[in-house]
Amino acid sequence: MSSIKPITMPKWGLAMDEGMLARWAVEVGAEIAPGQEIMDIETTKIANVFESPVGGVLRKQVVSEGETVPVGALLGVVSEPDVPDGEVEAFVTEFLENFVPEETDDAGAPAPEVVETASGAIRRLKAGPDDGAPVILIHGFGADLNGWMFNQAELAAERQVHAIDLPGHGGSTKSVGDGAVATLATAVTAYMDAVEITSAHLVGHSLGGAVATSIAASSPERVSALTLIAPAGFGSDVSQDFIEGFIGQSRARKLRPIIEMLVADPSLVTADMVEEVLKFKRLDGVVAALRTIADANFDGGAQRVQIRDRLGDVSAPVQVIWGEDDRILAAGHADGLPDSVKVIRLAGAGHIPHMEKAAEVNAAISALG
Amino acid sequence: MSKKSYRQAIAEALTQEMRRDPRVVIMGEDIAGGLGAPGEDDAWGGPLGVTKGLMAEFGRERVLDTPISESAFVGAAAGAAATGLRPVAELMFVDFMGVCFDQIFNQAAKFRYMFGGKAVTPMVVRTMYGAGFRAASQHSQCLYPLFTHIPGLKVALPSNAYEAKGLLTQAIRDDDPVIFFEHKAMYDMEMEVPDEPYAIAFGEANVTREGDDVTIIAFGRMVNLANEAADNLAKNGVTCTVVDPRTTSPLDRETILETAEETGRVVVVDEAHPRCSMASDIAGLVAEEAFGALKAPIKLVTAPHAPVPFSPALEDIYIPSVAKIEAAVTEIVEYGEKAAAE
Repeated sequence: MSSIKPITMPKWGLAMDEGMLARWAVEVGAEIAPGQEIMDIETTKIANVFESPVGGVLRKQVVSEGETVPVGALLGVVSEPDVPDGEVEAFVTEFLENFVPEETDDAGAPAPEVVETASGAIRRLKAGPDDGAPVILIHGFGADLNGWMFNQAELAAERQVHAIDLPGHGGSTKSVGDGAVATLATAVTAYMDAVEITSAHLVGHSLGGAVATSIAASSPERVSALTLIAPAGFGSDVSQDFIEGFIGQSRARKLRPIIEMLVADPSLVTADMVEEVLKFKRLDGVVAALRTIADANFDGGAQRVQIRDRLGDVSAPVQVIWGEDDRILAAGHADGLPDSVKVIRLAGAGHIPHMEKAAEVNAAISALG
Repeated sequence: MSKKSYRQAIAEALTQEMRRDPRVVIMGEDIAGGLGAPGEDDAWGGPLGVTKGLMAEFGRERVLDTPISESAFVGAAAGAAATGLRPVAELMFVDFMGVCFDQIFNQAAKFRYMFGGKAVTPMVVRTMYGAGFRAASQHSQCLYPLFTHIPGLKVALPSNAYEAKGLLTQAIRDDDPVIFFEHKAMYDMEMEVPDEPYAIAFGEANVTREGDDVTIIAFGRMVNLANEAADNLAKNGVTCTVVDPRTTSPLDRETILETAEETGRVVVVDEAHPRCSMASDIAGLVAEEAFGALKAPIKLVTAPHAPVPFSPALEDIYIPSVAKIEAAVTEIVEYGEKAAAE
């Protein structure tokens, strides 16, 4: 029985308590590898491909297409090919008998909290055991800590992972000063000071990548490893349509095509995702904060922030991950980096590969240190 | 972010705006309560307890209990707005608004226009509307079409707690007079509402469902019924776009016409009477501007042209229902099929 492995409904983000299996991408009897796309799952918040956490032969599809089941429910069973059908059936029966859906307001689940720092209030979500080098996840322009919904729980299986909201974003202070990368970097180190993290693996996406690089170059002792996902500051250009559309559009139907620019496959964008962005932008001070940050770092279609040359000051191991179909910051910005920097290019991914190709990105983060 | 009721969302918007801007004052019947009587000073918080606690925080100077004299305190609010305050008057039932039409229609609505744009009138009148409470014909009406008719007024109809907080915040910050309609049956409806202040822009409709077959345009509480109807219909393969205009004045004509043209079939759901209503207004707009895109007649789901009945049995069938919305949608989806069969 030990070689029988369940595939269960994942929990993508705090609010998810159930999901709909939209499509099976593999048939019973197929050999699947860890990280292989095996199904599409939809929630009210997001639609995405689900990548198998395990490898083996798919023995049974317990849930069929179109069914909605709670988080943790058995979707399918994988095993070595030589396990008899009877054992697979027994495993399924036992799982179904013992399965209790998680309470929706699970008191044990980590919840975001606000930490007072020298740079003001910073909201964070902390998960995982308190050993090993912690990871700090730093989102990009206009995003927040919920953008790591496919990464944080996975990474937190082995280490402590902090997802934070930059100033001007999510539940953090809406006071952003001059909005420059150095100012945002100061807020991140203020957070590290406040929670007594001396050194961490920084994972920065987009503008958060420039922030992480700035910290690693200015305070090398605070950074044990540096993962940069489609970082800002590595090339000359940025999508002005995205930046201006994101700030300016206040109607869902106008904002949706802007949000779709983030991904290679626009069907990943749900109405709720767009609505969440609108709700965020309506909060007092947010549009002004975004404007300040955008003006400090971008000039029309050009990037004011240039941070690529500072990689020379970074002592920690560095990797750069880029989606080949990135329409916000072109994947070509990763060309010509020093040999010491590991560059991972992901086909079929746009500007948010940590959501579009979560398994690959999670594996790369864990592998770097 | 936490779960809040429609009532709590409205109270939070009032509290946060009163903290943010010392010019914001509130006035109305029993909104603090207990003035001049023995016992607790902050006794009532209005007929439904929305303003309970505000007197304790902001004092009698900014939480003004008024006599039962709607024409006097609504007139006072208009004057206060024209001279520098940002009053929020609570007029218990919209049914009583008739006694202060002059203050609203001829004064507040006209100041900006008649003083050459030099006067602003940042007042809000909060009022309850809607049937379903066995309150008969003088306490159950949906009179927002009357106010929508008057240029110079803005009219907001929040359809849930999130909308209520954001639209009331915008109403208080707006420099024009706003009539803010709260449906009695929604005060205890809960949903996630951000703790931080936020404003929802007027004149920007919310598309709450996206579908291919029919566009349902609904107002206030009816948005929730339209969403439920759309979800039921989707199970049978009929998908609907649902549009909540949020404000009837200004009106987001662009979203209404765009979504009407996309599906070619329109149902308007309005709890008010059908004549000279939002339902007839939207039907007229679509017929005038999007006629070429229509595949079927426009259907209106409204209350009848009759006063709200006191009889519970009659009141229940008087109000538009999910079943009536579904029937209207089904009828116009089948319209083309029937025509083709004949």
